[in-house]
Amino acid sequence: MATETKDIVSACVDSYGSAVGMPQLCGEWMGNQIFWLVITLVVIFLILSRVALPRIGAILAERQGTITNDIAAAEDLKAKAVEAEDAYNKALADARAQAQAIAAEARAEIQADLDVAIAKADAEIAAKAAESEAAIAEIRAGALDSIQAVAKDTAGEIVTALGGQADEAGIAGAIDARMKG
Amino acid sequence: MASDTTAAEGSSLVFHPMDQFIVKPLFGDGAVGMFTITNVTLWLALAIVAVIALLVLPTSKRAIVPGRGQSIAELTYGFIYKMVEDVCGKDGIKFFPYIMTLFMFIVSANFLGLLPMSFTTTSHFAVTAVLALAVFLTVTILGFVINGAGFLGLFWVSSAPLALRPILAVIELISYFVRPVSHSIRLAGNVMAGHAVIKVFAGFAAITVISPVSVLAITAMYGLEILVAFIQAYVFTILTCVYLKDALHPSH
Repeated sequence: MATETKDIVSACVDSYGSAVGMPQLCGEWMGNQIFWLVITLVVIFLILSRVALPRIGAILAERQGTITNDIAAAEDLKAKAVEAEDAYNKALADARAQAQAIAAEARAEIQADLDVAIAKADAEIAAKAAESEAAIAEIRAGALDSIQAVAKDTAGEIVTALGGQADEAGIAGAIDARMKG
Repeated sequence: MASDTTAAEGSSLVFHPMDQFIVKPLFGDGAVGMFTITNVTLWLALAIVAVIALLVLPTSKRAIVPGRGQSIAELTYGFIYKMVEDVCGKDGIKFFPYIMTLFMFIVSANFLGLLPMSFTTTSHFAVTAVLALAVFLTVTILGFVINGAGFLGLFWVSSAPLALRPILAVIELISYFVRPVSHSIRLAGNVMAGHAVIKVFAGFAAITVISPVSVLAITAMYGLEILVAFIQAYVFTILTCVYLKDALHPSH
């Protein structure tokens, strides 16, 4: 007679353990459900508000803080990098300008030296040329004199060989006349 | 009565789609009193365990770079937090723990109810009605505490023409008091219907020819129920936020 005992146990379940109508509408179970539900909700609320939510909130806040700090640090480093690059560029430009100045100075110095040397060389060359011209003139004069002497001697010898009387004054006069002409 | 059931049992098709919702004592066969430890107690306790397993245990390391479990906990937190902030505004944030409690309980209970052989606590009107009434009473009391008589402005649609306002006030008043009913029946109804339909399909599986179709249908329904389990928890929570917004800022 399990049937009867079950019927006595609950009006919402028939003798075969099946639901009579909708179990949701069974009034005698509601007190039990509500009681345990309220306990469950309170427990979940306490767990969330005491442990879980503050913890997750702290984790998220901490992460946000870390990210913000890291971004700020990155900005700082970026600014520093830009600064360093500027300094480098400035140094480079300075060095380049200095190098150009040095080069120009060196060029001017070399030019001055060169001018002096060229002037000196020109003077030397002029002196040498004058000297050489004097020598050439001397040689030429010497040569003319020699030719005259040789011509006089030769003419005297030829005249003598031909059996004539060498007239030195006449020969000299004739040679002088020929040399001029 | 007994003979009716015997006749039903005699045929090859046996449908007991509502049996899964029966509340029974865990220990012994006695009556279900208010403090009896029943299957309701068990599955509510499992919901607490699920909440701890979702939100407390994975976050115990407090990692700056979250692992899988911690990510889920943080996403859930962010999801509800943003919902409260978006719907209720900044001054609604102080109610975030209460709304989070509601969401976590409903979503845990819904998904636990999808386990085979489980008992779905949220399929019972007794449960959802308590949740909905709690929200309704909180919102109403809070509305009067914060705004005083100004809370009644919620029913006085100042943007409507003067002649229409009394009629609108009556409609608004009715809709306000229907809120807890729709709020609770929506959740329990959706969960119960899906579970019952799965049982009905399971009953058809007794016929060999139909059983493949039946299994397919159960699979499809189960997929749908997974969606419903989350969406109903979401809907319940966002409606709570909307009602709370009415209490905080009663002007339309």
